[in-house]
Amino acid sequence: MGIGSAEYIADRQDELRLVRRRRRARTILIYAALIILSIIALLPVMWMVAISLTPLNKVFQYPPRLIPDPLSFTGYHEAVTLFPFFRYFLNTSFMTAARVIGTVFSASLVAYGFARYDGPWKEVLFVFILTPIFLPEQVTLIPLFVGYTRLGWIDTYNPLVLPAFFGGSAVYIFLLRQFFMTIPTDLDDAARIDGASEFAIYWRIILPLAKPALATVAIFTFMASWNDFLGPLIYLTSKEKLPLSVGLSRFLGESGTTLWNSLMAAAILTVLPPILLFVFAQKYIMQGIAITGGGAKG
Amino acid sequence: MLKLLTKLKTMRSREAMYLYLFIAPGLLGMILFHLAPMVASLGLSFTEYEITSPPEFVGFKNYHRMLFVDELVGKSLSVTAIYAVVGVPIRLFLQLFLAMLLNRKIAGIRLFRAILYFPSVVAGVAIALGWILLLNPTYGAVNHILWELFGIIGPRWLNSTQWVIPGLLLMSLWGIGPGIVINLAGLQGISPELYEAAEIDGAGGTRKFLHITLPMMSPILMFNLVMGIVSNFQIFTQAYVMTSGGPANSSLFFVLYLYRNAFEFFKMGYASALAWLLFAIILILTLAVFRSSPLWVYYEAKRERN
Repeated sequence: MGIGSAEYIADRQDELRLVRRRRRARTILIYAALIILSIIALLPVMWMVAISLTPLNKVFQYPPRLIPDPLSFTGYHEAVTLFPFFRYFLNTSFMTAARVIGTVFSASLVAYGFARYDGPWKEVLFVFILTPIFLPEQVTLIPLFVGYTRLGWIDTYNPLVLPAFFGGSAVYIFLLRQFFMTIPTDLDDAARIDGASEFAIYWRIILPLAKPALATVAIFTFMASWNDFLGPLIYLTSKEKLPLSVGLSRFLGESGTTLWNSLMAAAILTVLPPILLFVFAQKYIMQGIAITGGGAKG
Repeated sequence: MLKLLTKLKTMRSREAMYLYLFIAPGLLGMILFHLAPMVASLGLSFTEYEITSPPEFVGFKNYHRMLFVDELVGKSLSVTAIYAVVGVPIRLFLQLFLAMLLNRKIAGIRLFRAILYFPSVVAGVAIALGWILLLNPTYGAVNHILWELFGIIGPRWLNSTQWVIPGLLLMSLWGIGPGIVINLAGLQGISPELYEAAEIDGAGGTRKFLHITLPMMSPILMFNLVMGIVSNFQIFTQAYVMTSGGPANSSLFFVLYLYRNAFEFFKMGYASALAWLLFAIILILTLAVFRSSPLWVYYEAKRERN
């Protein structure tokens, strides 16, 4: 039975067909697994949306339904009337915006210093500034609270916002320094010859070139700040200053019988901005996680 | 010559000046918000302090109480440890498995990546509130699905001392998005030539996984293990919002207990001692993982040197 014989060729063709069929079966299996996993992944949020559109007297019904019947928008109406959604939304937005601005500017300033200038103790200072990455924030929580109390800063946004203007999270300093080091120094030198100040080089040359990295930092800070719970829980006391996170958890405890449909409506409205950001800036988020290892805190 | 040298010197010192000028905010932040509070925290842990009256030095009283008297310390540590010991390996495995599933060049894969990451975008209080409903024993989706698909009568989840931790563990599986992405980046870094060579040698899927994927991914698995342990010991929001540590302290996570001591009982000194215990535990576990890493983590560079 030679290689060219009809029998051999038929055999090889059968084999090939089998391999192809097996490969196709595998692809179908993978798609099936991905689709099932996608449904599982989305189910919790879809469920919350369903409850938010259910009239209160049907929230606790059996069997539970993914498509509410009848549809009701009372939940959303109450989420913006009974629950001061807009007030809390503004508070969260202010806190988040301030932290994003503070972190982007101060972290990039520090990162630029480390990326471009040399001086005694530079390495030691770099390690020193990065150590908070490995410190649990709980260790500093109590003295900070005591300090802010002495300063009369409890129930103000200062404790929540000011640290962002002093370098923010150390992870971002690291991330930005890494990025700045990839920008060639020729541009700096050219600008220097043209008489640009060192700050102008940072501001007019480095920052515009580092937009993708800055976007990543901004997005992570946004996400962390939007979801921050422990900070506002500790530092804010008056109801009208609360962000959405703490506001939501209070809404749960307030009424004897919880208005679950309104609570879910408020929860859905709360996660909408992060979802939108994810949809439009997915690329930066994925890249950022791969670089920082997802250990980014706000 | 001398002139040039002094000029060079001033240039150097000017450069150093710019260095310090630019990093000043970070340096100040590190000292004000991390270093000083840490030192203060250590000091406070040797005092009795309730904010209203000045701190009173009590020596090792807080530490003695924490280690030998207060039963809730042991309870909260065991709750936290069990959650970590069960949860971290499950999540590590799931992250790697999903990353491998997503590491294929097939149509629509980007969409699937986005969908499987999506639950991690909606983190925090909002989603924790949703899970209170999902885990409702009678009307919740989880038990409904268990019944419809498998004929299992689901447990009482958050209302049960035995099932509250499994309930929270189940919920945590929806937060593994970042872990998937890190694993995916790692998998994409493995050279396809390795797999091709193995295939020529006749290696099947299992052997390729055991002898190529696992060793090549082991540094990333170690990184995720460390981060998993660290973040597990810092769990707070879920316990505070969903269970308040109950029922009967069965979900009293360590940080929740720390929070209560500090901000509900105002025992600032005692809570500081608790914070240092937490810090010590995290440090020891992290060091243990790093120390043990030569035994099980494979570094490519080392092989090349031999």
